[in-house]
Amino acid sequence: MDASLIVLALMDGVSYAALLFLVALGLTLIFGVMRILNIAHGSLYAWGGYFAATLGLAITQFGLPAWLGLPALFVAALVIGGLLGTLLEWALLRRILDKDPILQLLVTFAAFMVLEDLQRLIWGTQPVFVSDVVNQLGTLQVVGVTYTRYQLLVLPAVAVAAFFGLNWFLNRTALGRQVTAVTHHREMATAMGVNTHRVMGLTIAIGGALGALGGALASPTTSFTPGIGADMMVLSFAVVATAGLGQIGGAALAALMIGLARSFAVYLMPEVEVLMPYLIMVGVLLLRPEGLFSTVAARRI
Amino acid sequence: MRRLSINALLVTLALSSSLALAQDKPAELKIGISTFTSGAASVFGVPAKAAAEMLIEEMNAAGGIGGVKISATFIDEGIGGDKLLSEYRRLVQEQGVKTMLSAISSGNCNIVAPVAEDLKILNVMWDCGTEKVLENKRYKYVVRTQGNATTEMVATVLYLLKMKPDFKTIAVINQDYAWGRDSWEIFINTLRVFKPDIKVVAEMFPKLGASDFSTEISRLQALKPDIVLSTSWGGDLDTLVRQAGQRGLFKQGATFVLPLLESSLERLGDAVPEGIIAGARGDHYWLHPETANDPKHKAFIAKFKARTGAYPIYPTYHMAQALVGLKTGFEAAIKANGGKWPAPDQVAEAMRKMKFTAYGREITMREDGQGLEAQLLGVTKRTPKYPFAVLDKMVLVPAELVTTPVGQLSTSWVKGINPALAKVLSTDQFKTHDFK
Amino acid sequence: MGSPRLRLLVALLLAAVLGLCIALPWIKTPVLLALSNGLAVLGVIVLIRAGQVSFGHAMFACLAGYGVAFAGRASHLDALLLVALGSVGAAAAGALIGLFMVRYRGIFFGMLNLAFSMVLFSVLGKFGAITGGTDGLRFDRPTFAGQALEREGFETALLGLALLLAVLAGLAVQRYFGSVNGQALAAIKSNETRLEYLGISAKRVFWGGYVLSAALCGIGGSLFALTQGLVTPEMGYWVRSGEVVFIAILGGSGHAVGAFVGAFVFEFVKLYAAALLTGAWQLVLGVVLIVMVFAAPTGLFGLVEKHLRAKVPQGSKP
Repeated sequence: MDASLIVLALMDGVSYAALLFLVALGLTLIFGVMRILNIAHGSLYAWGGYFAATLGLAITQFGLPAWLGLPALFVAALVIGGLLGTLLEWALLRRILDKDPILQLLVTFAAFMVLEDLQRLIWGTQPVFVSDVVNQLGTLQVVGVTYTRYQLLVLPAVAVAAFFGLNWFLNRTALGRQVTAVTHHREMATAMGVNTHRVMGLTIAIGGALGALGGALASPTTSFTPGIGADMMVLSFAVVATAGLGQIGGAALAALMIGLARSFAVYLMPEVEVLMPYLIMVGVLLLRPEGLFSTVAARRI
Repeated sequence: MRRLSINALLVTLALSSSLALAQDKPAELKIGISTFTSGAASVFGVPAKAAAEMLIEEMNAAGGIGGVKISATFIDEGIGGDKLLSEYRRLVQEQGVKTMLSAISSGNCNIVAPVAEDLKILNVMWDCGTEKVLENKRYKYVVRTQGNATTEMVATVLYLLKMKPDFKTIAVINQDYAWGRDSWEIFINTLRVFKPDIKVVAEMFPKLGASDFSTEISRLQALKPDIVLSTSWGGDLDTLVRQAGQRGLFKQGATFVLPLLESSLERLGDAVPEGIIAGARGDHYWLHPETANDPKHKAFIAKFKARTGAYPIYPTYHMAQALVGLKTGFEAAIKANGGKWPAPDQVAEAMRKMKFTAYGREITMREDGQGLEAQLLGVTKRTPKYPFAVLDKMVLVPAELVTTPVGQLSTSWVKGINPALAKVLSTDQFKTHDFK
Repeated sequence: MGSPRLRLLVALLLAAVLGLCIALPWIKTPVLLALSNGLAVLGVIVLIRAGQVSFGHAMFACLAGYGVAFAGRASHLDALLLVALGSVGAAAAGALIGLFMVRYRGIFFGMLNLAFSMVLFSVLGKFGAITGGTDGLRFDRPTFAGQALEREGFETALLGLALLLAVLAGLAVQRYFGSVNGQALAAIKSNETRLEYLGISAKRVFWGGYVLSAALCGIGGSLFALTQGLVTPEMGYWVRSGEVVFIAILGGSGHAVGAFVGAFVFEFVKLYAAALLTGAWQLVLGVVLIVMVFAAPTGLFGLVEKHLRAKVPQGSKP
């Protein structure tokens, strides 16, 4: 495999990894704070994408200026993620905090099922593909291969911004530090006077918005059909499990690892492309069950 | 007293025999139709459903089939193979359906054909292409009212050789399931007969329903093959064409061969460039060079457009063929049965002997249940007349030339094709129809 | 096993199912699917007793199904042999995978099972030349106990077998729960350390439970494959595993009967969703489960179970 193909595989892998990272980030954030693995997170991805497509169509229909396309994606993510995430937290997650872990998982799975059917009822079963944003931004060439600016610049830029933004928030702002405290030890944080309910609500909203952002950003480049939430759910799960639950930096690296493994597979051995994320997950979990980057094991006894 | 009782006996006999004859005909002819109404393939399956509803209404208004009205139930192929099977069985076992039109997906045809045979009901394969179903086994209850993968792929190869005789490398990007794999196998084996040193630079099989082809597109850009083949259809093809267009893949000089593009032309609008070799999986096209002005055809197109807002595409024509074929078959079977309502295997038997015409050339059914349907191929062209691409330089390839004979397997037959066939489309026998 | 009231209830349920199948012959297929599902749910209930949940147990049903399909295609084995083969195969896989699995608990246990099942799912979908790919593998109807039967007869025979296996499996699992191993398994949930202090290897007990659960899923998967005559990779998809756990909680994870109660409710809501609920069965069942987690966490059967307990005998029969 010559150098130019390696560069291409890197380009493809990075843009795919950027999307994976955003979704996985939301999932791992929610787990960190609530110690619940939110299976409905995949639905947030799907809803974010569908809603972004709806906004995109509305922009064309109502003759609004085309440059609104890109910001509309972020608006869609904030609305869906914030609203739906907060709704999930208030209606369900908050009330199952002290329940049996199996029941907690089942509740989020049931929520996933409900959201899947609602999504089908709202947006139907036919594919949705609204790609004006991508077309507007044009293309650029790398090693003789044309890439869309959207794929090569916008996606990784957003992922990097999210990463640094979140780190800054968690480490440099008072509210962020409270989130970190709750992630480490909820009871201790409560004892120290942190309003854990408010913190959890906020974190879910942020995590949900990130998941929805993944979907919104994916919608101009892929067609959305029923079932896309389930596929993304298990993929982001693979990223989070490989990195270690609650690990943000680890999620970035794990997403890169899986994204690159997939794109290199398409170039070298296309048959194993779909296997890569899960092989990596099995490999990592067998050797380091808490994930590659976990520090102290916060295991339930 | 005796006369009364004899009369009573005669009346009873007459009544019961007429009742028996009347009971013979069912109250309604129940058909089950499987099509994609969800998922990426629904852009394909929903127009077919609309066509079925429209045509069944028309048929019922004219008295139905053999005087019996048709009532159709639709099941969604988008729910997956084993759920589809459950639904299929439920229709047959719970609702007593004895005639099924199934399926679109080659994978699903492979699944339902043996089940229909087992349940002893008639199954008309109305859209799937895999040639393997009828070649690997002789069915009593399963027929196909359209061409198959061999007919389509061999015709495509011949047309490609006519339009672009010089090329050395080819890449394929097909859906990873029965149709995608089988169609590639036939295409490349046929091509190797005419061009023994053709080089395959990439074989990519993304999964059916894949939503993102960016890595595959990068690879194609890097490899720069002369020909790119894709037998994808429906939503997958739409996504591929759109993403390829976004990345400028159509500008780099490769000739694209998309045998199922006709069904996506209107939907894709501006996204389709000129110069793509496109097929229609049979001789149907609403701008068909031979039948576009046929009054029956024109009426069908107008009615369909009024009903759905779009021009008919090949799945709708395949549905029409299935329904017309079914009607023809039933009527022939009723006649052969002396006016009595036929059993499913009698209808299948009649269908294997018939010829019928929908909106293209006449289709002949063979003894193994395979339909012989001519193939229409063309090159895409933009015209100010329509906001989407149309087919130009169209050629109609008769099925007999390019279909595996009865009793042989395609995989071996295509390898033994006469190399001289390469030039056959350029002879005077075959007219090239330009877009008017 | 159980109280006389429970035995009566089970007998009544069996009679109801049989009566339904005689009255409406087409209902045999959904009943068979519910029974296969119920057996898999039974397997998951064994794990839930240890306080663990696996989001990948559909892989054992899937492996058994594919085993049946391969064997059915390669040779013309009898249906009974095929069921045995599929179940043993799944149990063997469970024994092997269990060797790694028993070191994990909680979320990591669930995740590793998920990972394995997704690897299997992807492999089955991709290597089509051997596995038939996403279209799956078909196989012809085998003989049943040496008899070549038509569809109707075969389904009836299979139904009989499934009912028998369901009852036997239910009895076996309840017996197991009452046994030393079963109680040790429950101790893994409540206090594993104490169990170790008693000198019992938690890992070994868990391994035993894991193999049992895999075998049960295998029986379910084999019956499913024989009912459909078709196996597809979807049998092992993670959402399937999730549904099995879902049914376990819906029906009631405390007792074997709950598995089948849940499976039947699930199957029939799905069946009639298209007709009555515009296909939104996931919506309905999802809401039902959420409500139940808060109102009746012991599941549907759990609601009934209280009333079935034998009263303290006062010298006369209840």
